This record gives sequence, structure tokens and C-alpha cells, in this order.
Amino acid sequence: MYLPLAEPRSSVFYQYRIHPYRRAPEMDGGRSNAPVVIAGAGPIGMATAIDLARFGVPTIVLEQELQVSHGSRATALTRRSVEILQQIGVAERFIAKGLPWQLGRSYFRGQEVYQMVLPHDENDRFLPCLNLEQQYMEEYLVEACEANPLIDLRWGQKVIGASQDNAGVTLRLDTPDGEYDLIVDWVVAADGGRSVLRKIFDLQMEGRSYAGSFVIADIKANIDLPTERLCFFEPDWNPGSNVLIHRQPDGIWRVDFRLPDNETVAQALEPQRLAPRINAVLEMLHQKTEWQLDWTAVYSASTLTLPNYVHGRVLFTGDAAHLLPIFGVRGANTGLQDANNLAWKLAFVVQGWSDRALLESYSDERVEAAREICAEGGRSTRFMTPPSKGFRLMRDAALSFALSEDFLKDLLHWRTSRPHNYLTSHLNSFPEADRAFSGGIACGGPVRNVKLGEGDFLLDRVGAGVGFHLIAFAGDRRADEDLVRILDQAGRMEFPVVRVAVGARAAEIAADQAELAIADSWERVAAIYDAAPGTIYLLRPDLHVCARWRATNADEVTQALRNAAMTQQRLQP
Amino acid sequence: MIEKKLTTQEIELVSDLIAEGVDRAGEEKAALFLAKLSLALANLVGDSAQIGPAVEAALRDL
Repeated sequence: MYLPLAEPRSSVFYQYRIHPYRRAPEMDGGRSNAPVVIAGAGPIGMATAIDLARFGVPTIVLEQELQVSHGSRATALTRRSVEILQQIGVAERFIAKGLPWQLGRSYFRGQEVYQMVLPHDENDRFLPCLNLEQQYMEEYLVEACEANPLIDLRWGQKVIGASQDNAGVTLRLDTPDGEYDLIVDWVVAADGGRSVLRKIFDLQMEGRSYAGSFVIADIKANIDLPTERLCFFEPDWNPGSNVLIHRQPDGIWRVDFRLPDNETVAQALEPQRLAPRINAVLEMLHQKTEWQLDWTAVYSASTLTLPNYVHGRVLFTGDAAHLLPIFGVRGANTGLQDANNLAWKLAFVVQGWSDRALLESYSDERVEAAREICAEGGRSTRFMTPPSKGFRLMRDAALSFALSEDFLKDLLHWRTSRPHNYLTSHLNSFPEADRAFSGGIACGGPVRNVKLGEGDFLLDRVGAGVGFHLIAFAGDRRADEDLVRILDQAGRMEFPVVRVAVGARAAEIAADQAELAIADSWERVAAIYDAAPGTIYLLRPDLHVCARWRATNADEVTQALRNAAMTQQRLQP
Repeated sequence: MIEKKLTTQEIELVSDLIAEGVDRAGEEKAALFLAKLSLALANLVGDSAQIGPAVEAALRDL
């Protein structure tokens, strides 16, 4: 019998709520109708459940605890993550509560040596980053899950065993009522960095772990500074270490520093050691204020990934699939892209629209993304925490030069998480047609937001649709015969395709043959997508481009759709 | 073998300059000074492909 903690965790700013444990119907002889079980109600597990529900796929989400995450953890969401949250219909509360930012400042010997402005232009609805404690992220996702009739969120369920065969997966769960088996077609392992499912199936991650531990201390303090990422290299009070500072909602400040090599984790967290360091940080920020400690954690940097995220019928995602360095806000932001990539593919397989091989493309695309992040994140990590004397010397040389010279200042850039381009994906097709463009979004790239009018953006409309998106640019024309046939055929696919007409007469086209009309009166969409009348873009349901043409016909569009969806028909001779 | 590009007089002058630099940096900061100098010179060479062989050459017979 497993008894989860039934007391709300303590926090100086967050009111934890105990969610009720309920006895599972399977314990009394029932069998679940949900084809998918998601292990872990963290941000990635819940985002996957909500995304799957958009495609009509019911899920059971299992959470070991009775309450949301301990501590602010992930805290920083990138623009792409917020766009994904918008797409699955939950972004509003994140935006209302979170603190947006785009500026990072790095200091060395009391001097600002680097300033990084993360790119943002008027076509973006969201700023590059949004700080929000993970408790709130989870709270908002829990609300969305609980309001969704397709999602059965079960609290107090601990995975203690798992086995699988060709027919399905059997999960052994322990609960306050004892153990039971849950038999399902698919399991999404979103059970975090210490994934139990990864251990049960004895799967090994590849890559490396870096020496050096970092302390995170969240404090509540009245500090009068804007929302920026502050980095102090080698502050006087703690030579050999860096300090990162992030502002979070509710007056919470995250202080993150490397602990001295000769100090244990337990020692570093002792109040008599921690308090003077926090006081030194506040002094460094020229802030004289009282503070209260909310939460502490210790982490070390890794660049580790499973080599394959598909293990039979168990699909790994988020931290269960990879452990990435904190520098560059890569954990949850990578996980949300995993979830967005996995959800539509799993849905298409569950619904019988696609061959099971489509799931391999999830693994291929996301493992490639993780490896790219490991390489990039590894470089940032080596700068933040040099792994040897040599790396340390050259890092110090760069910092020393940064005080007076510009030529190597960009070494201080911390490479923020960005969406991966699935350039080599098998789901892309018609590469010659792709190469005929001189601009726009190439095959594999993520959708680019465009401002259509005051408070009106492309992703407000396009993102809400479920399925592939066929974007037809018509300029000031009506639909010609070719376009009529393209739209007609796309509308008859056995899987969802949202047809989007763009142009002055889009509404006329949409009246008969498209779900969405975008007038594009500023002609910005056409400009940003390098489109002329006749141009077609095909977007996968996760809004990455998988084909585009300057001019095409219905057969080519159907072929590209079947290729990207890996439909059963496509595989038949 | 690294190509000889400076005259012997020039090499001698440069060697003296660096020697004085090491002394001015002081024992504790000599390595840092030489690391900075390497980065600056690599940047001025403008061809990163030449740096690998130079590193290897400098590592010989230490």
C-alpha cells in the first residue's frame, strides 16, 4: 500500500491544494477504455494529455503525489512553449500570471560585460521568455485536464511495475487502496528525470554528466528590479562561482550559484552557510531588504538522452527521455516540443489514420533535437562551469577580455532554447519545390507568427485548428480550378486537414472550401512566407512545415499529406 | 612544421615583447595573460584552421 503525502507542502507564496485520491474502477473489475496512459502529471505529461484530447484521444494521467510540484523548478518558458500552450488552449492564465522578459545582462568584476536582447519583433505576440513558477504551470494544466471529459487525472498512483507485449502494456500501480494492474495500448512515460519506467525497462541514456553542483534558492523579497536574467561571473563574495538571478511572480527571486568544490550539498544548504550567501547576493544587487526562503534544490549539469524514445509501446518524453543543462532554459521547453511532436503522431496511430511507423519519426526528430541541444548546451555548460583547468583558463581569458574588447563577447551568449528545425525528417517531401523559395519557412521549420491587425496574430487563428494545415495563398484572386481541386481533395482526407485561405478574397474561398480565411490586408503573411498567388504551404499538426510549393496540384498535395501522415494507404502497393 | 613567416629579427622582437608581458603579468597571472594573448592572436590570424597545428606544434617537447 502506497500512501502519498497528504499534507499540503509549505511555501511562503504558493497555496498547495491536496487533490482527492479516488479508487480506480479497474480495482473492482472494470477495464479502462482509454487507449493511452500517461505516467506523470508534470507539465509535459499534462500538455500531452490535453494535446491528445484535441484529436479525440482519451487518456488516463497518473500522478504519484496528491499535489503539484515542489518548488518553482522549470520557471522559464520560451516563446515557442507559450505558442504551444496557446495551440492547446491553455496559454491565457500563463500569460496573465507570468512575467515576460527579453533581456539578459552579464556582469564581471562589477562591470556589465554583456547584454543579450533575445529577438522579438512586432509579428510576435509573446515575448521571448515568460517566468512562472512550475506550481502555477501545473495548477493551470490540472484545471484544463480536470475540465476535459477525455482526461482522467488520477492522483496518488505510483507506478511500481510494467511489462509489455505486442498487444499492449500492463502497468502495476500502488495506491492507498493497494495494488492493481492497468492494461492499455500505449504508455507515455512523462515521469521526469528520475523516470521509474526508464529504470523498469533498464534503458540507458547516452552522453555525459558534468562535475560541479549548483544550488537554487528561491526567496521572497521586495526587490526593485525589472524582469531580466542576471548573471554574475566570479562575484567577490564567491570566487570561482557564478550567480544567476531570475525574477518570478509573487515577489519570488531565484538565486542560482555553483557550490564550492570542497563543500557537500548538505553543507551548502545549511542555513548558516546559505543565509550569508543570499545576503551577499542582495548586497551585490544593491538591495537592502528582508527575505524569506521558499525552496532550495541542488542540481548538476548533464547532456544525456535516450538513443530512442520509442520502446515498444512505451513512449518517452520530456526529462524521462533526456536530461539537459539548465543553462538556456532547456528542460521544460524541450519537453513541450516533445509533447507537441508526440501527441499528434500518437493520436493519428490510435485513430487508425497512420501506420505505427509514424511514432519512429517522433523518436528520430526529437532525439536529433536532443543531441543538438546536448552539443549546444554542453558548450554553454563548459562556459558556466569549466570542466578542467584548461577550459577554466580559457573561460577566464574570455571574461577578462570582455571587460575591454568586443571580438569574443559572444562567448558569453548563453544560447537559449529554440525550436528545432526538422530539416532531415522523412515527413518532409518535394525538396525541389522547397528549394525554389528564396525566403519564408523551409521544410522542417516551425510556423512563424505574423501580426494581422491590432491584437490579431496568425497563430491565434491557425493554432486553434486541429490537424494538418494547408495554407493556400491566393493574392487578390478567387480560387482557380487547380486550387478548387487541391482544397476539395484535402478536405476529403480520412484525417483532419484545416484548409486556410490567405488573400483579399479569402472569405469567398473559405465560404465553400476552407475552414479559415485570412484577408492578409497588410500582405504580411505573404511577405513573411515568401508567397505569391498559387503558393501552398503544408504544415503538420505541430505546425512545422512539411512541404511547400510555388505552384502545385491536388495529386502532389495529397501525396505530401499521405507522406507526412504515414497513412496506411501509402504503405500498400 | 610551422611555416616561417616573420624574419628572425621580427621573431626576436616579438619574443621579447611576450617575455616582458609575462613578467608584467606576474607569476600568478602568466597563464591567463598567455591565454588571452593566444585568443587575440588567433583572432588576428583570421584562419581558425591554422590554430590546431599550432597547438600541436607547441605541445611538442614540453
